[in-house]
Amino acid sequence: MKNIVITSEPLNSQLCINSVADNGSGGLVVFIGNVRNKTKGKEVKYLDFEAYEAMALKEMQKIAREAIERWHLYDMAIHHRVGRVGIGEAAVVIACSSAHRKESFKACEFAIDTLKKTVPIWKKEVFEDGEVWVSAHP
Amino acid sequence: MKIQIIAFGIAKDIVGKKQMTLDFEGKSVGEVRTCLVNRFPEFEQLASLRFAVNTSYVDDSFELTENDEVVLIPPVSGG
Repeated sequence: MKNIVITSEPLNSQLCINSVADNGSGGLVVFIGNVRNKTKGKEVKYLDFEAYEAMALKEMQKIAREAIERWHLYDMAIHHRVGRVGIGEAAVVIACSSAHRKESFKACEFAIDTLKKTVPIWKKEVFEDGEVWVSAHP
Repeated sequence: MKIQIIAFGIAKDIVGKKQMTLDFEGKSVGEVRTCLVNRFPEFEQLASLRFAVNTSYVDDSFELTENDEVVLIPPVSGG
């Protein structure tokens, strides 16, 4: 599926949007997950993402397929970055299109929520004085 | 039984390497879990630890065969 991408290059959100555009679509929703400069008040230097790529692509495809079917989307694209990602840069871009806006809003939220639960990608927050794997501990 | 373990994220830090051979008693994923927790007690501190075989999640009752590749999936945090 060409719309499901994992890359160590900076993400191009316009490319992701263009890949789901359709003349029959009256609503296109895009979610961009960016790297924040702070976590719990502590300054973050950058994030480092690691993926189990073969399985992550498969799980991302599953999400897109389910969303397309459930909300009758024209299309959905999910692009995820790996490696070192700087403050303010996009870690994930999700775009989807449907005849009307409501379906795409719902589908886009479903996609990012599910991605965070099922896709085998991990982020490490790197601070001035150490690093932490996010969500590893309860 | 001997299997290959592949570790990502914090699991890689806990076992100290990306890949290792594990010789364990039994044949199920649950028994692999028990063996790993005994050997590396830090696994018990994690919010969760899931396993994958052939790029799919498997549960503890899944039966392995010799030389299977079992991937350790600590809590995911993409996005």
